[in-house]
Amino acid sequence: MRTTVGAIIITAAGMQGVAGPAAAQHATANDIADGERAYGESCVVCHGPDGDLIASIDLGRGLFRRPLTDEEITGIIINGIPDTPMPPTPGMTAEQAERIVAYIRSLADDSSDPAAGGDAERGRSLFFGKGECTECHAVAGTGARHGPDLSIIGRERRAVELEVSLLDPAAIVQPTGRTYRVVLPDGETVTGRLLNHDTFTVQLIDTDDRLRSFVKTEVAGHGFAETPMPSYRDTLSAGEIADLVSYLVSLQGQVDE
Amino acid sequence: MNERIAVLVLATLAVAQARAEVTFERLLNAADEPENWLNYSATYDNQRYSRLDQITRGNVGELELKWIWQARSLEKFEATPLVVDGILYTVQAPNDIVALDAATGRVFWTYHHENLPEARACCGSVNRGLAILGETLFMGTLDAHLIAVDAISGQLKWKTKLADAAEFYSITMSPLVVEDRVIIGTGGGDGGARGIIAAFDAATGEELWRFLTIPGPGEPGNETWSGDSWRRGGAAVWNHAAYDPETGLAFWGTGNPAPVWDGRSRLGDNLYSDSVVALDVDTGELVWHYQFTPHDEIDYDSTQVPILTDVEWQGEERKAMLWANRNGLIYLIDRVTGEFLHGKPFVAVNWMDGFDENGRPNQILFPTPEGTLFKPHVHGATNWAPPAYSPRTGLYYVSHWEDSAIVAVEGEFPRSAGVNTRQTAMGQIDQQRFFNNEEEAHGVIRAYEPSTLDQVWEYRMADITWAGTLATAGDLVFGGGREGHFIALDAESGELLWTAPVGGQVNAGPMSFAVDGTQHIAVAAGNALFTFALP
Repeated sequence: MRTTVGAIIITAAGMQGVAGPAAAQHATANDIADGERAYGESCVVCHGPDGDLIASIDLGRGLFRRPLTDEEITGIIINGIPDTPMPPTPGMTAEQAERIVAYIRSLADDSSDPAAGGDAERGRSLFFGKGECTECHAVAGTGARHGPDLSIIGRERRAVELEVSLLDPAAIVQPTGRTYRVVLPDGETVTGRLLNHDTFTVQLIDTDDRLRSFVKTEVAGHGFAETPMPSYRDTLSAGEIADLVSYLVSLQGQVDE
Repeated sequence: MNERIAVLVLATLAVAQARAEVTFERLLNAADEPENWLNYSATYDNQRYSRLDQITRGNVGELELKWIWQARSLEKFEATPLVVDGILYTVQAPNDIVALDAATGRVFWTYHHENLPEARACCGSVNRGLAILGETLFMGTLDAHLIAVDAISGQLKWKTKLADAAEFYSITMSPLVVEDRVIIGTGGGDGGARGIIAAFDAATGEELWRFLTIPGPGEPGNETWSGDSWRRGGAAVWNHAAYDPETGLAFWGTGNPAPVWDGRSRLGDNLYSDSVVALDVDTGELVWHYQFTPHDEIDYDSTQVPILTDVEWQGEERKAMLWANRNGLIYLIDRVTGEFLHGKPFVAVNWMDGFDENGRPNQILFPTPEGTLFKPHVHGATNWAPPAYSPRTGLYYVSHWEDSAIVAVEGEFPRSAGVNTRQTAMGQIDQQRFFNNEEEAHGVIRAYEPSTLDQVWEYRMADITWAGTLATAGDLVFGGGREGHFIALDAESGELLWTAPVGGQVNAGPMSFAVDGTQHIAVAAGNALFTFALP
């Protein structure tokens, strides 16, 4: 999860020149990457990979219990908050802390919302039409099942992440979306979304939407494979990407009583 | 990993590649594909009989463990799995659906249902199993919803609320699928929840009909409840139904009236508590009923799993129903008309001394302020564990126990170690007194001849049992009990042929399936699902 979020931000920053406010305005992609690593070492255990595990705090969306300047956050990272579970981090330099701040700010940056200007209804038409997304994905029971289900993707992913998935699918691969390939003794190749695996066996849902299970020692070959998700960089316009992202963001879960 | 498992897996692939949806036709003819297990008790007649005959009386001693799946749940594991073309589906209590590779026991996916905070069950946050139609699994939930989940992806398709969990409604039973409908009932009778059986469109979750197990004012049967006691009278539905395609009827057992151990506030027979109700599956209309225990004050839920079979009765073949009841009596009933054909005690029974011509029991013992000793126990002679019937031996296999308990009307009997203490006006019971007396309390698996209802053989256990039975074409009966032994008996003689020390209570019905033509036997015990096959 941490790696994935880092990759998203780096990719997004690289593509769009994303830079956060305040100190982050001066941060480079490398600074943010350093901050991401430091966050993973010092912060993630309590705050979680998305920064939202502490009540009333959502670092990924720039929400604190009160508004904080970059300097204040830097101070809190180094000195902690007395009489709270937030500990000091002895030995952390101001520069390191500033890079964590840059990373946090980059997470919360919405100055380049990929859904901005998009039309969710047009995006829906693209999803079920030109984009051929239902060849692999389902929304509320409509579509194929061997790609990750997208019924609540708007709850699970930010717009920037969804855009990256559309433009550069290999840059973001969630644990639940990995592709696995098995070569049977007769040479037939079975590819599908990995559901489970262990030392001896592997379980996947193949491209014909079948649940399949294999014993690794009894097949001719097996291993992770590139995602079959195509890039839409050259097949959809920037406006269409924004439409599609808008639609995906709108998928907050439609199955209920 | 040995070669055999590889062969199994490859064969599973072959089956999977021919994957077909589970149509109603397949459900109707489930006995014809014994490699699968498509209904709670395999077939609509609930015979829990497998035509697989690879495991026999001659080789059952060689059965060995194939795999174990550990549930991440400390609740009792009461579910019988389904197996569909190499995929095994079961329930991790209370309400997670798990899809497993039937050959290796490895998990494909888990669907988690988050119950509402007010969800509660009187007697354990359990679930007894799933139903399937097409590529959709159906499960009732502890918070009284029915949900539909995609059998391939594990994604929720729809969710429908049957009743309000805050009013003590719950669902623990497995659904019944008929044609394009899913039919299920509600528990919660001990809390007074008025029983519901409702049918839903399998594709959409839209409710099609609803039958209330206690008639409302103006409906026949309402007069069997004094005052407005019918409003919170229980008669819950919490175990699997039988379905008879010939008549279009389905049969559910109903639970005790409430309050259970003190009937002074609900004078009358209290229909349709402790009954079997035969409903038209198209409309939900009541076609007939038979009440096993009128005005029950002992807790004799009639929520056993009915078995349908044709039985020769007084020289005539009758479309019959076999029912070993919690009240200690075993019954032969005409399933077309509901006529009581025959009934008799199958354990020590002291609360009645015979039937009238309509099959109404003549009750001779009642709760008293001093406490009345009842046989069988308030937990009954048998409870919910599914029985089996073998068309080969013609015998009916029931796991049950001998036991007794004291019941007293409220406030007069010293409060004992009974359960349900949070419930009001329910009388008091002493359930513990005879638990350590081997002559009073012990479990058995017995075989009964259907027309006479005579006992043919008995296998006796030291402890009582809540395990179901499975009959197979290998002339075996599988069962178990609280002691943590899973056993195989000779279906003709009851001789013990094989035991497996599974190390946890067997509280579920065993089942059988095949992958690569290799017969497996599966049963839940403790918090795990065990599968066995020949080496």
